[in-house]
Amino acid sequence: MKRYILGRLLQTVITLWILATVVFFLVNVLPGNPGRTIYGNTAPEVVVEKYNRQIGYYDPAITQYGRAMKQLFTLDYGNSWRFNKPVSSVVWPAFGRSAKLAILALILTVPIAILAGRFAAKRRDSLLDRTIVTTGLATSSLPEFVTGSLLLYLFCVKWKIFKAFADPPAGTSFFGQWRYLLLPAIAMAIVYFGYVARMTRAGVINALNADYTRTATMKGLSPRQVMNRHIMRNALGPTIAVVAVQIGYLFGGLVMIETVFNYSGIGSLLLKAIVQKDMPVLQATIIMIGLVYMLATLAADLLIAWLNPRILLKAS
Amino acid sequence: MQPALDVRDLEVAYTVRGIPRAVLRGVTFEVAPGEAFGLVGESGCGKSTTAYAALRYLPRNGAITAGQVLVDGKDITGMDAETLRRFRAREASMVYQDPGQALNPSLRIGRQLIESFTLLGQSKSEAAESALRALRRVHIAAPSSVMDRYPHQLSGGMLQRVVIAMALACNPKLLVLDEPTTGLDATVEAEVLELVKELRRETGAAVLMIAHNLGIIRDMCERVGVMYAGKIVEHGPAGAVFDHPQHPYTVGLLRSLPRRGARKHQRQLATIPGTLPLIGSILPTCVFVDRCPLADETCRTVEPPITDLGGGRWTRCHYPERIGELAAPEPSVDIAMLAPSAAGDGLLELSQVSKTFRQRGADIPALVDVELRLAEGETLGLVGESGSGKSTLAKTILGIESRDEGGTVALDGKAVAGSTMARSADEKRAVQMVFQNPDSALNRAWSVRRILTRAVRKLTGVKGEAANTRVEQLAAHLRLTPRHLDLKPRQLSGGLKQRVAIARAFAGDPRIVVCDEPTSALDVSVQAAILNLLADLQAEQRTSYVFITHDMGVVRYLADRIAVMYLGRIQELGPTDEVFNGPNHPYTEALLSAVPSVDGQTRERIVLSGEVPTPANPPAGCVFHPRCHRMIQGVCDVAEPPLVEVRPGHSMRCHIPIEDLARLQQADTLGVGA
Repeated sequence: MKRYILGRLLQTVITLWILATVVFFLVNVLPGNPGRTIYGNTAPEVVVEKYNRQIGYYDPAITQYGRAMKQLFTLDYGNSWRFNKPVSSVVWPAFGRSAKLAILALILTVPIAILAGRFAAKRRDSLLDRTIVTTGLATSSLPEFVTGSLLLYLFCVKWKIFKAFADPPAGTSFFGQWRYLLLPAIAMAIVYFGYVARMTRAGVINALNADYTRTATMKGLSPRQVMNRHIMRNALGPTIAVVAVQIGYLFGGLVMIETVFNYSGIGSLLLKAIVQKDMPVLQATIIMIGLVYMLATLAADLLIAWLNPRILLKAS
Repeated sequence: MQPALDVRDLEVAYTVRGIPRAVLRGVTFEVAPGEAFGLVGESGCGKSTTAYAALRYLPRNGAITAGQVLVDGKDITGMDAETLRRFRAREASMVYQDPGQALNPSLRIGRQLIESFTLLGQSKSEAAESALRALRRVHIAAPSSVMDRYPHQLSGGMLQRVVIAMALACNPKLLVLDEPTTGLDATVEAEVLELVKELRRETGAAVLMIAHNLGIIRDMCERVGVMYAGKIVEHGPAGAVFDHPQHPYTVGLLRSLPRRGARKHQRQLATIPGTLPLIGSILPTCVFVDRCPLADETCRTVEPPITDLGGGRWTRCHYPERIGELAAPEPSVDIAMLAPSAAGDGLLELSQVSKTFRQRGADIPALVDVELRLAEGETLGLVGESGSGKSTLAKTILGIESRDEGGTVALDGKAVAGSTMARSADEKRAVQMVFQNPDSALNRAWSVRRILTRAVRKLTGVKGEAANTRVEQLAAHLRLTPRHLDLKPRQLSGGLKQRVAIARAFAGDPRIVVCDEPTSALDVSVQAAILNLLADLQAEQRTSYVFITHDMGVVRYLADRIAVMYLGRIQELGPTDEVFNGPNHPYTEALLSAVPSVDGQTRERIVLSGEVPTPANPPAGCVFHPRCHRMIQGVCDVAEPPLVEVRPGHSMRCHIPIEDLARLQQADTLGVGA
């Protein structure tokens, strides 16, 4: 196990390094002059030159690459070119907001989806099973902005139960925030529910058909004991892997939801940074999103290995 | 006395595409307390369904449609879920085929075993104590360390002991064994069977045993039922049924076995024409009528009654007195020419062939200094436990694995490259292979015609119309009809699939065909057809075979010479009769004694202690010495004996001189077989 964890950690570090390198090259390939971008077209050349020299724009590529590596490890990306303040004070709040939403969405989706998948598997081919599978398939094939807009119309415009702005005003109490966040979280949950549920269902059906399940039943365990002690442990591997990938996606890929609900998460920040050529913010957000992706998959792999130690054998 | 298991007119149906289809058509038998009853028959006959129905465990689409199953007087067919659960926890247990799958891969052995005891109402700590005792009872030497392991960390034999320990947790009145040793090595199988025998004496549990291997049933059971198409067609004491069968199906089954030392040049194996009726077929009269050589009008119109033959024997046949009319098969080719001739020129010669795998920087010698010769038209049998290097040797001959530097493989006296890639087209064509599992060896998306056409094109370079003609000739030669050519592998039975795989190997008129357990997944009557086919092809084309198997009866029937392998080394190499009659290498002796014979045991089983050592770290001295029952302290554990010729054409790797081995083995046995 120790060996496996170390190996996986090393893999994560290497992937992160590759990601940072790719981002570095992208940033350097994209056209743009930082001084000019900051001071605008009317600023005198001297000012632009001075600024560029100050941030090391003319340094040899290798020096700049070294700086990018240092930034990667300190997570300090200096000043934003657009907001005129440190990158961290722009990225962290956005990251926090995204995290809040993503975690709420996960809490809504994962337990219910796993229960639904398990339920469907136990009664496979019944009407209830088909309903769960079909509904899951239908809702996950709808794009999240469609679901989001529909929810927005129903709950905010028609029935006025929720706020149309997902960003709670400053000072809203911890529990007061749910009125703002719940709707976008539900929109995300609707999309992911089907996916997680179907994955769980497939895993449970697989485990139900396995010989060890027969052994457990023949031992005289009740169906519930068989399910809880013997089946779920073996069935959840694929579900955990899927959820991990989705965590990454929930953090970074939600530009649509954020736009529909006017929520300034890390997805919208990334988009803004691209449009405005705010390179330090761009770099920092990509690295942040990458980091979440990698930590989520790392956690998932370790969890899967803990549940099913045979994985360790295959991996080594 | 009340029977431990009383199955009365049991009928089971599986619902397929909405229609219930009969699988068991009225099965009736009893097992007395302390008695062992065996059910035999080919796959699809309903023996496993019967076993599972005895504990009322049926697939989702299965249902008991009629009849009763009484265990210790209680009818389990009418039990509610909770009563059934308690019945399974306390009164009956099962041991399964494939113990590696039967245990939960993600839970420690201890946890799974303890669970069986907590179900009986024991506390956690009591259950842990009981679990340790249970492991000791099945002769597991270090029980507490085994409790901490996961299933994938134990060998098949160990896992089956754990499953047995689990099954005995409740001191069951009824123990059902479903193919408990299928897939295990012969020596491990022997150990497990001895253990079951011992525990049976100890617990007095009634045993219902399912096995396709008739020898095991004869060895383990007092009475036997022969099943066909969901019915027991013959019933009686195991010895009597196997020695003097009274139903045409039993006769066919027994004649299709290579037994009593039969050899390919002496007689052809009998096959049972036709195929098993599909489940759910309507069989109003005798279930075997379509395949029975004795069948007449009565058989087609009147259901045969149970004919009592006395002594607890009965048969479901109209004409038990006509059994003697069943004729032995007429050979289709001149099998006499298959008799081993004086060894001709070496077609294939291996000298100093070794193969070392590297894993995590460590050397793992899988083959060590193999010396072999194979003549034209000869069959060399390769036997040994799993991990002995049989398959690596086959792959090295084929060039799938490249041998180590220094060894040579010569074809017709000409050295060939180590890797297939570096061999010429002719050399590739000359050596072909037939695999154990035709399902994964054939492209399932292709028709038989396409599979064979590709083989013909690739191997012979023939194209277009000529290739088509060649495919049709090939198919006809392998007794495949033109209809089969347009089917896909999944539409064929196991035997037909293997026939296609053999046809593929013969597409380019090979000189040597390596067969890796080609019949181990097949039923005996189908196996007989495949073995006959291989023998016929050999008689016609003088093809040589390297035949890997774990079935001693099969290797004795087909092979001219046998090489016994252990830990990558050839331990004994000699003519088939000499290897079977002895004197043998002690390992061969143990291997031969381990095999349960359908004709009854003739020598004391030698149970090998311990497990096969890992090739990465072979024992010093003779690699077999830690498990050898004739080991000489201070000799065998010091130096490895060389492979020396003890008689003309018969070599052995043993420190004990052949005369001494002969004397020692004479003392222990009167020779095996007839």
